[in-house]
Amino acid sequence: MATGILNIKGRIWWIVALVVLCLVPFVLPRFYVYLLSIILLFGLFAMSNNFPLGFGGIYQLHHAVFYGVGAYGTALVITKSGLSPWIAFIVGPLIAAFLGLVMGIICIRLSKLYFGMLQISLGSLVWAVVYRWYSFTGGDDGIHGISVPDIISSYKGAYYFTLIVTGISLYVLYRLLKSPYGSVLQGIRDNPVRSSMIGVNVKKHQLLALVIAGFFAGVAGTLFVVVDNTVFPDMMFWTLSLEAVIMCLLGGWLTFLGPMLGAALIVIIRTFVSTYTLYWALVLGIIFTLVIFFLPNGVLGWIEDAVKRKPNLAEAKE
Amino acid sequence: MLQVKSLTKSFDGFKAVNNANLDVQNGEIVAVIGPNGAGKTTLFNLISGILKPDSGQVLFKGDDITGLPPYEICRKRISRSFQVVNVFNRLSIFENTQISILSRQKKTWNLFTPSSSLAVNETNELLKNVGLYEKRDHISGALSHGDRKVLEIAMALGGNPEFLILDEPTAGMSPEETTRCIDLIKGLREKYGLTILFCEHDMEIVFGIASRIMVMVRGGTIVQGTCEEVRCNEAVQDAYLGGSDVCLM
Repeated sequence: MATGILNIKGRIWWIVALVVLCLVPFVLPRFYVYLLSIILLFGLFAMSNNFPLGFGGIYQLHHAVFYGVGAYGTALVITKSGLSPWIAFIVGPLIAAFLGLVMGIICIRLSKLYFGMLQISLGSLVWAVVYRWYSFTGGDDGIHGISVPDIISSYKGAYYFTLIVTGISLYVLYRLLKSPYGSVLQGIRDNPVRSSMIGVNVKKHQLLALVIAGFFAGVAGTLFVVVDNTVFPDMMFWTLSLEAVIMCLLGGWLTFLGPMLGAALIVIIRTFVSTYTLYWALVLGIIFTLVIFFLPNGVLGWIEDAVKRKPNLAEAKE
Repeated sequence: MLQVKSLTKSFDGFKAVNNANLDVQNGEIVAVIGPNGAGKTTLFNLISGILKPDSGQVLFKGDDITGLPPYEICRKRISRSFQVVNVFNRLSIFENTQISILSRQKKTWNLFTPSSSLAVNETNELLKNVGLYEKRDHISGALSHGDRKVLEIAMALGGNPEFLILDEPTAGMSPEETTRCIDLIKGLREKYGLTILFCEHDMEIVFGIASRIMVMVRGGTIVQGTCEEVRCNEAVQDAYLGGSDVCLM
């Protein structure tokens, strides 16, 4: 029984990926480095959505509100309070986690789709407040030119900061999923009634998942402030939540890294297809439909299944 | 050990369980029998906390456990299996059983220790006892019906119960699987010193292993007694055989 977090082979892959990602700013031009930062932070956003969705079986349908509130929290602390931005980077995610707790307590009474619907309603309420409250949040203009510490203000600095924070966040999420809490959460996903019958307080465990998801969405929002130096109300509009769910399904909602892959696909499609046509969402729609039809477990889910099948085939031949 | 006193539960006016009474002594195997729709599963759901009764009482070792949520009832060392297979379909046999044990050990709030290093020996031991050790890494959703039913029992045992409720443990099993399952239940009872409450349609099994039998018809208890008492009871004949004079079994 392996007691380590990853086997040797897995570790080597991680190290190779990390080295490549560290070298990127020396090779690629500024635009691509920016794009990669966006992919990383959107990937973290989608993966934090997938924590309750794919591993907890909770219909987390309005995840963008935590992303947006985290970003606004950071932006407002920097622009209004005069505190160090480093403190803001911690406060933003904590506000998002707190919102996750409050909205969770209200929504967790309902299950499945009803949970998601109530979450969308409450989240839209938060969006409406941010959208209208000109004196505090800047209304539909948002907040621009947010200053961040010098060391991470360049595009390279922002990229490395995003890379490090995303890496740490992924590691923490991975540890959480492999812990007893993570096992129980997946048990709840598969069968809440059974979970309660083996002595698990289902609602409390789900609530913690929502708080954790809110926190890491807030981290992703904060990273957006670092990369883009702006916040705007669209960051917590429900359409972005839908995009996050699509990222999870596209990449593979039962896999750990699937949502990151989904985020990469969507950001790339949006960036490159939209230079040819305004209707980039149509292209995304077609791809998404095809994936649902032919790869119901998502792209990474399909790859993982294929890898798992391979050794079995070899055994069968013997 | 367990006493059910005039328990009643209705759904939209239909009395699924109506004045049910049951008494299980320490160490007994008690069977609940009755025609389809008699309310056996509802009764088990009421005892295990999945449903809340409208009236009546459930006492366990003298404590009133009526209407407690399932996770608290489980912590009082009452476990159950389900009629329709109820396991964690995407997880392996090992993980299914391990979660149950981790839950009993109150480690479910442990956020950073890898699960793979916890409760491994206990889980393996338990899987060996129920005969699923060789299949420990199989995903439970892909198992045969019989194996999943046994996994249900393993998960129930993970909670280290004193009192085990089995809802039709052999439903849908082949004859060989049924024999294996009954032997398993008998063996586990001796090994763990369990008190068992179960319901079953197969009269051969019921009269073969139960020390006492409770008969339910239309939600209510019509009789509880030893096999002999139940076998030739008039009310039971009435319910099962439409009033003929033939004894059950």
